[in-house]
Amino acid sequence: MSSLTVHAGGLDLQNPVLLAAGILGTTGASLRRAALAGAGGVVTKSLGSVPREGHHGPTVVAVECGLLNAMGLPNPSYRNFQEEIEIARKGGRPVIASIFGSSAREFSQIARGLKADAFELNLSCPHAEKYGSELGRYPEMVESVTGAVKAAADVPVWVKLTPNTADILELGLAAQRGGADAVVAINTLKAMAIDIETGYPILGNRFGGLSGRAIKPVAVRCVYDLAAGLDIPVIGVGGITSWEDTVEMILAGASAVQVGTALQRGYGIFEEITVGLARYLERKSLTLEELRGLAGRRS
Amino acid sequence: MRPINCIIQEVRSLAPQIRTFQLERDLDPGPGQYVMVWIRGVDEVPMSFSGPDTITVQSVGEATKALFKLGAGSSIGLRGPLGNGFVLRGKRILLIGGGVGTAPLAFLGEQASKRGMEVTSLLGFRSREDIIFQSRFEALGDTIITTDDGSAGIMGRAAAGLKELNLFEYDQIYICGPEVMMWDIISRTREHSSKTQACINRYFKCAEGICGSCCLDPDGTRVCVEGPVIMADRLLESEFGRYRRGPDGSKGPCRG
Repeated sequence: MSSLTVHAGGLDLQNPVLLAAGILGTTGASLRRAALAGAGGVVTKSLGSVPREGHHGPTVVAVECGLLNAMGLPNPSYRNFQEEIEIARKGGRPVIASIFGSSAREFSQIARGLKADAFELNLSCPHAEKYGSELGRYPEMVESVTGAVKAAADVPVWVKLTPNTADILELGLAAQRGGADAVVAINTLKAMAIDIETGYPILGNRFGGLSGRAIKPVAVRCVYDLAAGLDIPVIGVGGITSWEDTVEMILAGASAVQVGTALQRGYGIFEEITVGLARYLERKSLTLEELRGLAGRRS
Repeated sequence: MRPINCIIQEVRSLAPQIRTFQLERDLDPGPGQYVMVWIRGVDEVPMSFSGPDTITVQSVGEATKALFKLGAGSSIGLRGPLGNGFVLRGKRILLIGGGVGTAPLAFLGEQASKRGMEVTSLLGFRSREDIIFQSRFEALGDTIITTDDGSAGIMGRAAAGLKELNLFEYDQIYICGPEVMMWDIISRTREHSSKTQACINRYFKCAEGICGSCCLDPDGTRVCVEGPVIMADRLLESEFGRYRRGPDGSKGPCRG
């Protein structure tokens, strides 16, 4: 079997296929289960400074080409989540804490108070007022939040970027200037669905974020542009459903990937992808490093 | 799936705060499966089927209160049927229900009876006026009723009715009710836990198996897709009966 180990964003990973933020990340038990099922690392549900119940339902609606959600950042606060992280760590894989705040100060407070193997800054959730992409669409905000967390944390800091912008590379460069160890791209695309019988927007929050198959080509393009323009690693996420999608994302320049919506099919997805990826590398006689960014070197 | 539009054909009041909503559609659910009910403009909540085209609801919060304002001719959005329901096994079965939790069991018992199974029921309610589905269960076979205040049947919790039964006589036991009541029963009947199917309740948000809000400790079972029916022997080794998570994901008591 080809080696799938990779050093990405300051972490040594057994394999490059991680569990994405917001997916089965509410409890230590489900995070541990993902790790035991073969994820190379797991990202928690985004944690803030105070408990939040999230938006009213429906919070999720499956559409033709993916999944639309507006969970609304429900979480028990970072203070009440440390024990879940300890449980998640028993899965033997790095646990990356996704955190959110409304200012650089709030982000860095959380990073100081929470112990995890890395932080992923949620500067990209498209459906929570005062948080996520409401900060993350401004490069100067991305830079200052990243800088503040870097100063507060003694573990790697990843920055998750929003695709709801004209130029994602500008946001990536801002994260890099702030000292990020990696960028993660992409979060969901702002979207909505309307009930044609009644005219009601279906999501309780009216609009939300689109994930799943529909956004993969968008994610591939974003990763390609980021990988070409940044010196720090890019972690690819958005619609990855198979080992083929994973190969494509690595060809675009991703050092590792995250899987989210595809967990609808169950925890077996991690093994499915890693086995497929290893076989592919063997068949092509390539290493992960040789594969990474190959598309950018083809002309 | 997108929610499908469904007209409420009839609303029947069964007890204070408990109503049955007759739906215009038969979604072909199995007993123990659930449906996400969207009360437009308010919220979306999971509900158990009490028959192929009925849901029976207890008013407990904002969403159910809004649902109770809807009458015949109103419409709701439905996602479902979802989850793994009860599986019928054996020839003689025992149903143990508490309060509105008797709803999926009445549905199950009727299917079992059609298949020629022998059905016995043990049903617990707070008081005489809270009793629901009595005639449906009595039509299936022997039915024992308990009430907390002794106003009907045996006085006490549902577990008080256990002494009237020999659990070894049943091939399979099915249970649904408030968590404290279910825990009381399954922890007293441990030797039967591998043949006891329990329909449980957790805070569902996505109902797609991905958000994680309904996951059980310690193994991360996703109740919305792997349940809501779970074998009691697995529940005995879980958080069930000790705590449950609320909408923000933090642990709280498992009353109700």
